[in-house]
Amino acid sequence: MTDVVMPQMGESIVEGTLTKWLKKAGDTVVLDEPLFEISTDKVDTEIPSPAAGVLSEVLVHEGQTIQVNAVVARISDGSAAPAAAPAAAAAPAPAAKVEAAAPAVVAAAPVAAAAAPVVAAPEVAAGVPAGPLSPLVRKMARENNLDLTRVAGTGAGGRITKDDVVAYMAGSAPKAAAPVAAVAAAPAAPAPKAVAVPGKTRVEAMTTMRQKIAEHMIMSQNVSAHVTTVHRVDMTKVAKMRAKSKDAFAARHGMSLTFLPFVARAAAEALAQFPIFNSSIVGTDIVYHNDVNIGIAVALEGGLIVPVIKNADEKNVTGLQRSIVDLAGRARARQLKPDEIQGGTFSITNFGSFGSVFATPMINQPQVAILGVGTIEKVVAVVDDAIAIRSQCFLALTFDHRIIDGALADQFTGKVKAILEGWSEEIS
Amino acid sequence: MNRTCIVRDLGLMSYADALVIQEAIASERKAGRGTDTLLFVEHPHVVTIGRNGRESNVLASPELMRSSGVTIFDSDRGGDVTYHGPGQIVAYPIMDLREWKRDVGAFVRAIEQTLIDTLEEFGIQAFRIPKMTGVWTVGAGGEAKIAAIGVHLSRWVSTHGWALNATTDLRFFGYIVPCGLQKPVTSMEKMGVRADPEAVKRVLARHFGAQFGFEMRFESQAETPELTGAIR
Repeated sequence: MTDVVMPQMGESIVEGTLTKWLKKAGDTVVLDEPLFEISTDKVDTEIPSPAAGVLSEVLVHEGQTIQVNAVVARISDGSAAPAAAPAAAAAPAPAAKVEAAAPAVVAAAPVAAAAAPVVAAPEVAAGVPAGPLSPLVRKMARENNLDLTRVAGTGAGGRITKDDVVAYMAGSAPKAAAPVAAVAAAPAAPAPKAVAVPGKTRVEAMTTMRQKIAEHMIMSQNVSAHVTTVHRVDMTKVAKMRAKSKDAFAARHGMSLTFLPFVARAAAEALAQFPIFNSSIVGTDIVYHNDVNIGIAVALEGGLIVPVIKNADEKNVTGLQRSIVDLAGRARARQLKPDEIQGGTFSITNFGSFGSVFATPMINQPQVAILGVGTIEKVVAVVDDAIAIRSQCFLALTFDHRIIDGALADQFTGKVKAILEGWSEEIS
Repeated sequence: MNRTCIVRDLGLMSYADALVIQEAIASERKAGRGTDTLLFVEHPHVVTIGRNGRESNVLASPELMRSSGVTIFDSDRGGDVTYHGPGQIVAYPIMDLREWKRDVGAFVRAIEQTLIDTLEEFGIQAFRIPKMTGVWTVGAGGEAKIAAIGVHLSRWVSTHGWALNATTDLRFFGYIVPCGLQKPVTSMEKMGVRADPEAVKRVLARHFGAQFGFEMRFESQAETPELTGAIR
């Protein structure tokens, strides 16, 4: 039996992601034949088989990140292929572990410290830990108060791997699970840490779009000093204008009139008055953009995209509505042209369409502000000391406090609010 | 004593044809024959989709891309979706890393340094961003990637390499990168430098040699009829 380990690929490389198995369990492999691929830092590396024989155990699944020297598979010499089954029992393959990790086992984990090392099958002698211990193994041992001399190492040279510790802790399951009392008593024991005991899980690789979104969100959080200010806006005049125009609008333009272009129109006007909200930060410079290009966040299945209405300040409500319908539709059909998702200088996100009253949106880099539109609903309000029914929403502006102060942000949002509350422009 | 590296310029050649040449040289190197080689090439518009790339990673539909003259190449390699096109100086170092440092990380850092040193000669200040392999610079809109790196290793022999945007039409990146979801891309041209591509390649080769301790030997295409002929 030969262990296949994640090879050392250079001083700076401590781990890699196994991206592809080129052989399956049970396949016959030849010495030096490519066995799997590892991805590290924009480098894909084919790893050759260290031995000839049968790939008897695959211990790491595609997409899993592994430490250098971790055992990823075992190769048995061809003649001993049938013996692979008992060996697998001694060191459970990932599939077996999932079963062992029933909820009862999690609760019982601390008990395992005192339990006999059930895992120590005859062929693997328990004793002083062989070889160096990885930081992860040490951490697991510390957190679970384990005596590592009781854990059988199955790694290279008898080293104790994470899987060995997991198997050791899971090993006492039958003992603890049998009497119900034992399970009931478990809560009295020190609170067990969930660490390292795999629950019933399902692993799914992120799509590239999801990875990019994740990267962008963290990047944005690291780059900008996000602050959100929320203004309550009376949308009654806008709602009346919309109600008055929408049938004729739909008949004339073949699309429905929503609230979003009203907000975009008001934002474009406010941006003209407060150009710093239409800027970017480069080093210690503030770069003011001459064009007002408003990105509109569009939810897609499994992600989002922000197509851009170019020169939004030159469009009226009808033009903005047409752009929004066109861009959102083609975004969902993945028919956007590259130009149409570039060059945004400010963004609007309409989470109100999903029922959110207000949220704290995240800045779309390299912009410095984003306006979130909450659900528009009828509320009881006090108008001129009388109780009235008004359409109302919350507008949430997230701004980059590096260059925009709160007072200015409230002036900007106040301007958007004033335009919407005093709406008079006819829609044709 | 310096090791030798052959520099061969394939000119304008499709991604698929250049891949055949890369693999031919790599298989020689894996067998312990041949010489480490730095290939330069310019590809016609192509979007390569790696094995991990799913359709949803590509922003535009295949039909839209084809109608814009972009070829789609499905590769069995791992990794990302990438774009190559005219104006991009693509370089494929095919070398045996066992004769260098046996270090994947150092290899990528040395390629980055080659590009940084080259760009500096053309007056562009470029740098690394930790954990974001590639070469970056600061343009009007903030940090932007000017050169991308992607390497494949088999038995310590490298294929693929880097793509430096000299005069690349950057709009094509919009087909693959949900723009605004990632730092932007830029080019030497966009940074105000319009350099002769031949000069850029010569400077790249010189700095590459310095990084890896190579004596660079330029080879004209006429000297390799057997390889270029073999793939037609």
